[in-house]
Amino acid sequence: MRLFSWRFIRVWQRNRDVFFGLWHAEAPGFLAEPIIILLAMGLGLGAYVGLVDGQRYIEFIVPGLIAGYAMFSANFECTYGSFFRMEYQKTFDAIIATPLNIEDVTAGEIFWGATRSVLTGSVMLAVAAAFQLVHSPWALLIPIICFLEGILFSAIALFFTSVVPSIYSFNYYYSLFITPMFFFSGVFFPLSSFPEIVQTLSWAVPLTPVVYITRAVIGGEFQPGLLGALALIVALTVLFFSMSLVTMRRRLAT
Amino acid sequence: MVVIKTQNLTKNFGDVVAVDDVSLEIEEGECFGLLGPNGAGKTSLIRMITAVSPSTNGEIWVLDSDLQSHSRQVKAVLGVVPQVDNLDPDLTVLQNLLTFARYFDIPKVEAHRRSMEVLRLFQLEDRCKSRIRELSGGMRRRLLVARGLINSPRVMVLDEPTIGLDPQAKYLVWHKLTELKSQGVTQLLCTQNMEEASALCDRVAIMHQGRIMSLDAPAKLISRYVGEVVWEIELNSEERDKTINGLESHGLDFEVVGDKIHIFHVKDDELTSGVLDWRKAMRRAATLEDVFFRLTGRSLAE
Ligand SMILES: Nc1ncnc2c1ncn2[C@@H]1O[C@H](COP(=O)(O)OP(=O)(O)OP(=O)(O)O)[C@@H](O)[C@H]1O
Ligand SMILES: [Mg+2]
Repeated sequence: MRLFSWRFIRVWQRNRDVFFGLWHAEAPGFLAEPIIILLAMGLGLGAYVGLVDGQRYIEFIVPGLIAGYAMFSANFECTYGSFFRMEYQKTFDAIIATPLNIEDVTAGEIFWGATRSVLTGSVMLAVAAAFQLVHSPWALLIPIICFLEGILFSAIALFFTSVVPSIYSFNYYYSLFITPMFFFSGVFFPLSSFPEIVQTLSWAVPLTPVVYITRAVIGGEFQPGLLGALALIVALTVLFFSMSLVTMRRRLAT
Repeated sequence: MVVIKTQNLTKNFGDVVAVDDVSLEIEEGECFGLLGPNGAGKTSLIRMITAVSPSTNGEIWVLDSDLQSHSRQVKAVLGVVPQVDNLDPDLTVLQNLLTFARYFDIPKVEAHRRSMEVLRLFQLEDRCKSRIRELSGGMRRRLLVARGLINSPRVMVLDEPTIGLDPQAKYLVWHKLTELKSQGVTQLLCTQNMEEASALCDRVAIMHQGRIMSLDAPAKLISRYVGEVVWEIELNSEERDKTINGLESHGLDFEVVGDKIHIFHVKDDELTSGVLDWRKAMRRAATLEDVFFRLTGRSLAE
């Protein structure tokens, strides 16, 4: 495995320029989505669901929605986005003919995906705060948590992207991995409502520790499990980041 | 000084041997041409030399650096024009150049200056705000060449840079390449255009099935493989067989190219002695294309 260099920032800058160049096209969806989700989930679903652990339902799901949507941002960026750049636009082929190496491209894509997570998470946090759903100043840590989460999911997504034969393969990724994960990670209801065995298994999906930490900082309540959750995130990140460095080289160096 | 050196360079794609044991030395300030039929392995060779494709076997040095261990430093001084358009469709024309300059760590102001300079050179400055998909094919190719100049390269590697260009644009590129050569920029130029190779290249390698068949100055290749003049005859099939027999019995050197016969290395008086009806024959100066046919033509027809 070869490591990336600081030059990855050039790939990040390229993606940033493209994103903000299209800002006027992306902004409405970008801002409207969290508002719609919070209103629909909180008012609609919240009317049927009573208090969860002494909280209003809308307050209960805010941390999970932030973590979940931040995860989706990183995933979309590093599946469809990266695949398009790699296969259809040949963007990476152009970049690796400059002083940047394949590892720089890989890291640039992952850190850009993480940046998308931060943007999404921050916008959702701001919206939630505007609805007075955030009560702890620790919530200011959300962008940092989203960044870590974004690196993790971008690395997983890019690893998958580097091994799939076609863009249709992402259907499996989303329907068999991402969507189920969204429901088994404690976003919509406490893990404690699952049978014991499912509770244990749910810690095997990488979104669970992220939701756990997000919930802790938004509520301002810290349990000893936090460090373990953080360690799990870091370990999975190192694993998938390393694997994507290897598989991206295999894919691009032909 | 040798600028590009390859030793026993080989590239396999599964069972296909795309480049087969190629050893080359390209001198500083030289324009080195790479000719060969489709699938000969030219692009595969070029992609290895520009460090975007790993070799299966063999070694490459560029400017005395081993490519394997110094790819970043080498790529920093290379100007690459790839065969396949990989301009960034998410960016405008000018942004393409600025973003590319940033990959080379060229400061913003300088990047802007150079970008405008190459856009002017290739008459694209009024298109600088266009998106890539709004450009015509030839404009894209001009931009691709312009992009290859953005880092003021010491070595240029160009894979069919003038394909699809109109004559004016083609001369523009030739003119720029000639100017760069006079400034000492080494060039590796892959082309299907024989006129281009004759006009620009100091030496030419003819590649076929992954191997270098022959390598020399264009004029020397011509005199070695075909002589100074070529006689060309177009005949119907009965006359043809008779003529071929006649040429063979006189021990003359010829090649059947489609429905024509090309006769090489022949003095004018040899043809008048009843070998063929020379009134149907045409005498013309030999070109690199004749060399190309001689070295690669026969097996293409097989
Ligand atoms: N990525 C690849 N995977 C598999 N085979 C490949 C790949 N790239 C090239 N080849 C094969 O390698 C051989 C040489 O191809 P290459 O592109 O180097 O030829 P070329 O001389 O550049 O041809 P052209 O004049 O058509 O551009 C061909 O047989 C081609 O099919
Ligand atoms: Mg080619």
